[in-house]
Amino acid sequence: MGGQPPKPPGIFVDRKWGPVVLRLEKRPTPSRFWLYATPPVAVILTMIAGGILFAAMGKNPVEVIRTIFWDPMFGEFAFYLRGQLLVKAGPLILIAIGLALGFRAGIWNIGAEGQYIMGAIFGASVGLAVFPTESRWIFPVMIVAGAFGGWLWAMIPAILKTRFNTNEILVSLMLVYVAETILAKASTGFLKNPEGMGFPGSRNFSGYPAAQNAFLYEPLGLHWGGVAALVTGVLAWVLLTRHQAGFQIRLAGQAPRAARFHGVSPARLVVLCMGISGALAGLAGMFEVTGPAGQISIDFNTGYGFTAIIVAFLGRLNPLGIVLAGFLMALTYVGGEMASTNLGLPDAAIQVFQGMLLFFLLGVDVLTNYRFRLAVGAL
Amino acid sequence: MDFGGINPVILIATLMASAVPILLAALGETVVERSGVLNLGVEGMMIIGALGGFVVAVQTGSPVLGFIGGAVAGAALSLIFAALTQVFLANQVATGLALTLFGLGVSSLGGQGYNGIKPPATGQLLPDALADLPVVGPILFGHDWVVYFSIAMTAVLWWVLKATRVGLVIRAVGESHEAAHALGYKVNRIRLMCIAFGGAMAGIGGAYVSLARVPQWVDGITSGAGWIALAIVVFASWRPWRVLLGAWLFGGITVLQLNLQVAGSGIPVEYLSMAPYLITILVLVVMSAGRRGKANGAPAALGQNFHASR
Repeated sequence: MGGQPPKPPGIFVDRKWGPVVLRLEKRPTPSRFWLYATPPVAVILTMIAGGILFAAMGKNPVEVIRTIFWDPMFGEFAFYLRGQLLVKAGPLILIAIGLALGFRAGIWNIGAEGQYIMGAIFGASVGLAVFPTESRWIFPVMIVAGAFGGWLWAMIPAILKTRFNTNEILVSLMLVYVAETILAKASTGFLKNPEGMGFPGSRNFSGYPAAQNAFLYEPLGLHWGGVAALVTGVLAWVLLTRHQAGFQIRLAGQAPRAARFHGVSPARLVVLCMGISGALAGLAGMFEVTGPAGQISIDFNTGYGFTAIIVAFLGRLNPLGIVLAGFLMALTYVGGEMASTNLGLPDAAIQVFQGMLLFFLLGVDVLTNYRFRLAVGAL
Repeated sequence: MDFGGINPVILIATLMASAVPILLAALGETVVERSGVLNLGVEGMMIIGALGGFVVAVQTGSPVLGFIGGAVAGAALSLIFAALTQVFLANQVATGLALTLFGLGVSSLGGQGYNGIKPPATGQLLPDALADLPVVGPILFGHDWVVYFSIAMTAVLWWVLKATRVGLVIRAVGESHEAAHALGYKVNRIRLMCIAFGGAMAGIGGAYVSLARVPQWVDGITSGAGWIALAIVVFASWRPWRVLLGAWLFGGITVLQLNLQVAGSGIPVEYLSMAPYLITILVLVVMSAGRRGKANGAPAALGQNFHASR
């Protein structure tokens, strides 16, 4: 520690000449520039690497990238596809905001996929139990039931963590597989459509107006889930920046010891963060099953709970950033489907593309806290 | 000798084979975590190994080359994790998750066109005369070479970690990277090698799924085995022989529930197939309860990145 005189500025500091190397040096304070520049740089790098991947698959990279990122917004079918953006972005934003609160506090809920499924099952069950009611109260009750389902599923890892110090990453993930079996059981058993001629899957909510999550404004793809996502974005931003609980979350993530001295209870924080993220994932599932998906089916879940992890990081764990990131990720879904039908690009290529985005984000992020310096290797 | 349609000798013999993928992956991850690195990408490395092993075995017709291919594929993927966490100092939890998401995507992309192909069989290692002995035959002598390899690796890793200089260095890096650095060890380089080893082991484990357990290529073939391997490392308190025990216990549960499904026990299939995951949670709870902090055997520097500022 200490003792060494400060090194003079300049590249060649050593008297002996060694090989010139890139050295990583910690910044005194995180760079504000790179805080905001990381996501766009990562997106551009992903486009380049993705282009190479698409070219290797024998596709025209420029055409694929244009189909994914440009056509859904400004192309021939944009009038329809623009609406699809919010449909896909809604659940991603809802889930990612919840996850980000936990990630900020160092609480890793990665089982959002399971909480999303349970929210859908709880919400749908309540609605289907009173089929065919015309009461206007049924939809709000289903919303509450959906949030409750997700919350309940997230409480399992939360309570096990606070009571028994069990790793929440592994438990929440195991519960995804459990939720998937319950989903299979629901669509072939207790929620199966009695008039479905024996096919698996529940009644379709499109024929059940009181419980349906219909579009409020179709050209924008706006349904109650989209409204909830945008409102949650603002509320979460207020919570994080203007509220005591948000301060505690940020403190616990950055300086756990200081947080304890400040009187933050780690157990309460775990329950709070897991609970919020579970409830939000449950909400997303409920809005999805009563709206775009329409029914409970075996393959109802499509991995939003996992993609939302990428969205949370792409949005820099900031609620407003996550809203933007959600739309960008929705673009890769909508554009990916376009590329799949028009150019024959496999769906899995989009999954790889999304994975690469997270890699580049995490890699470029080093520049926020560190800088590269050219240095002559000491010898 | 049947109990409710289940033969205990066959059960034990099958569980030893069915435990191989998670045993190998968990052994690799034990070394990784002992060096202070938490790699949550085991599932991704396994499935890439499953694909790599399958493709190489089908193309060359040699299962042994297939397993080597699986090891190379798993190690190659793990090097992405190593580069991001050891060079670019990225968060290990997030990078591990990214590795799994990426691995699942790449395997699904690369596996297209391999559905419905039968890979070359990995046969029984020892002659039939031994394997046909009553009771001990199927349990001790009836396996393919990978089963014996997995048990041998348990012993080797136990010995290396406990009694060799290499093991001591790995443990030092995992317990206190500052101290190891002060002694002149290249912390990040040692960790990088451990990560690559873990990737290779996960890759072999994955290859065993696609070449011996299933054996064919299906999308998402590992179905959470990598996550269970991670849980088993915690269950085992980071010790190789306990990893073996945990993997066999888990293999036993899996085989038992499959047998119960076939035998028609009256328990709905859905509840049986969620049993392995529920039991994993239960085991995690029992192992973690009442043992906070260092007492549970977790390496002290687990999950922390190291940057040599001087």
